[in-house]
Amino acid sequence: MSPLVRTIGVSKNYPSGGTIIRAVSNVSLLIEHGEFVAIRGRSGSGKSTLMNLLGLLERPESGEYALKGRQVAKLAENTRAAIRSRDIGFIFQQPALLPRATALENVELPLVYAGVPRSQRHRRAKDSLDRVGLADRSHHWPSQLSGGEQQRVVIARAMVNDPALILADEPTGSLDSSTSDEILSLFEGLHRDGRTIIVVTHASDVAHRARRQITLHDGRIIEDAATSGKGSVLNAITSDFPR
Amino acid sequence: MNPLESLRIAVRALRANKLRSALTVLGIVVGVAAVICMVSVGAGAQAEVSEKIRTLGANLLLVMPGARNSGGARLESGTQPTLTEEDAAAVRRELVNAQVAAPLLSRSMPLVAANKNWMTLVAGIYPDYLVAREWQVVNGRSFTGDETASGAKVAIVGSVIIEELFDGRAGIGETFRIGNVPFSVIGVLDKKGLGAAGRSQDDIVFIPLSTAKSRVLGAVRGTTREALDFISIKVSDATAMSEVEREIEALLRQRHHIRGDAPSDFRIENPADVLVARGAAVRILGILLIAVAAVSLVVGGISIMNITLVSVTERTREIGLRMAVGARRHDIRWQFLIEALILALLGGLVGAMFGVAAAVAIALKAGWPIMISPWAVILACGFAGFIGISFGLYPAHRAAGLDPIVALRFE
Repeated sequence: MSPLVRTIGVSKNYPSGGTIIRAVSNVSLLIEHGEFVAIRGRSGSGKSTLMNLLGLLERPESGEYALKGRQVAKLAENTRAAIRSRDIGFIFQQPALLPRATALENVELPLVYAGVPRSQRHRRAKDSLDRVGLADRSHHWPSQLSGGEQQRVVIARAMVNDPALILADEPTGSLDSSTSDEILSLFEGLHRDGRTIIVVTHASDVAHRARRQITLHDGRIIEDAATSGKGSVLNAITSDFPR
Repeated sequence: MNPLESLRIAVRALRANKLRSALTVLGIVVGVAAVICMVSVGAGAQAEVSEKIRTLGANLLLVMPGARNSGGARLESGTQPTLTEEDAAAVRRELVNAQVAAPLLSRSMPLVAANKNWMTLVAGIYPDYLVAREWQVVNGRSFTGDETASGAKVAIVGSVIIEELFDGRAGIGETFRIGNVPFSVIGVLDKKGLGAAGRSQDDIVFIPLSTAKSRVLGAVRGTTREALDFISIKVSDATAMSEVEREIEALLRQRHHIRGDAPSDFRIENPADVLVARGAAVRILGILLIAVAAVSLVVGGISIMNITLVSVTERTREIGLRMAVGARRHDIRWQFLIEALILALLGGLVGAMFGVAAAVAIALKAGWPIMISPWAVILACGFAGFIGISFGLYPAHRAAGLDPIVALRFE
């Protein structure tokens, strides 16, 4: 079986006031099914851009990207959108929910665009909400939910289409520490269920929950190592990064 | 994504901003209402004109007495009695295309029957006149040749007279007086309804022309006994109308001894032309109002475009999110197009209701005839929808063209 994610020399630059910022520079990466990976780095290190590339929200300028063994970098926009709705679940820093849709409807959203019939959508969205412990909140509006609950709705949405890859960008960035812990426990649960999760974060406590940590600096991978228990060799590296 | 989902999303977005949506469609409402109101009034006027032309009788020309030159001073038209029965007879005799040339002499007179009286138009005619006007005697009969020639005291009456004098009884054989002269009813006319002047055509009594001249009208008129109000000429063929008009002109000028370029002492009218001209005036008014409506619809379209653009900007993050979870660009485009379309169709529908209401109000208050055509309503709503689509295209295109990353980060 081909690896879930395989990039070869992927690069992405941004023009910014006359100079060109190398957001992601020549990144080659291999991620297998079922991995729980943290991509770390300071702000501006290119980690969000890398996530957008992996999530097919952006196209690399050069390099190759194969998802589930399929070359996706040069696919047409509609095909990429279809892959997003089928194979990728996004979790953003700000709990990104539609304000005028209930929790259940928000969770259904990827299924709507994937063309799943309505009755089936309801059932799967309910299951997904149940999985994050919000079954009783399905008909609440986002404004009636706490920040942590909103983020759990987002997670329910990210996994409702049973995606091959769950991408989370600073998923706990706007949450307090105990709520963050709940969310991270959820991720660990998802990982135990065999899902592939990539978390982008600058926080070492978040990164430590992952099984593998990739560190970016100026758009390049400078470190790629398994997390080996608390207080391991990685501490030496992570001390460079403020919490 | 199926269209039904797009529809649900659009309806929800519009309902979230009810007041804004309502204000946005105002232009469309006004435009569509104006179109429908105008089309209803215009069609009503058109139908009325056609109906009047129909009740007038087809291919009819009227010859009226005109001004006569009297020592250099032109006298008012109709003041000088210049047309005679002989003129009518000559027209029929000389002109092959004049199927009927029926003289008519009339005057308003009081009618008396038992304890009732009624003021109405009494007209002396040949039975031919009813042929020219395509007017049927539905009950009883028309005048015989004898009655016409001998000055018999018989009358054919309109339906209004039956109502007013005889309480709606059949009326045949009843007697009444015109002034002091007793008449008996021998026929009742078919209903014609309102005439071109807005007066009921059924409020009339016809008597033989000879009777009218000798016993009823000639005596009180104080003018030449030979003088006629007008001669109705039925032309056998619609295409011969202008030719017959020229022939009548020539014949009567010759009979009246009018030489060279001297003005005629009569005039020839085509009543259908007058009515058609009036219909055309209503139509011009209609075109003006439609122009106003068109401006209103365009302004309405622009306001839909404006609000849809605002909506796209407001929901940039939503668009980014939808794209991230798999919305294709055309899903987004449809979402906003349908929103604009719904706005415009709603405006069209509300406008149609207002337009119909306004047309009905005009009919009730001003007494104008109206005709509400379902096609006009469908067409106006369809045009509103077309405006919605056209003015929604640009905002929808802009929404669909957003970069999901930029849209997601948009504050």
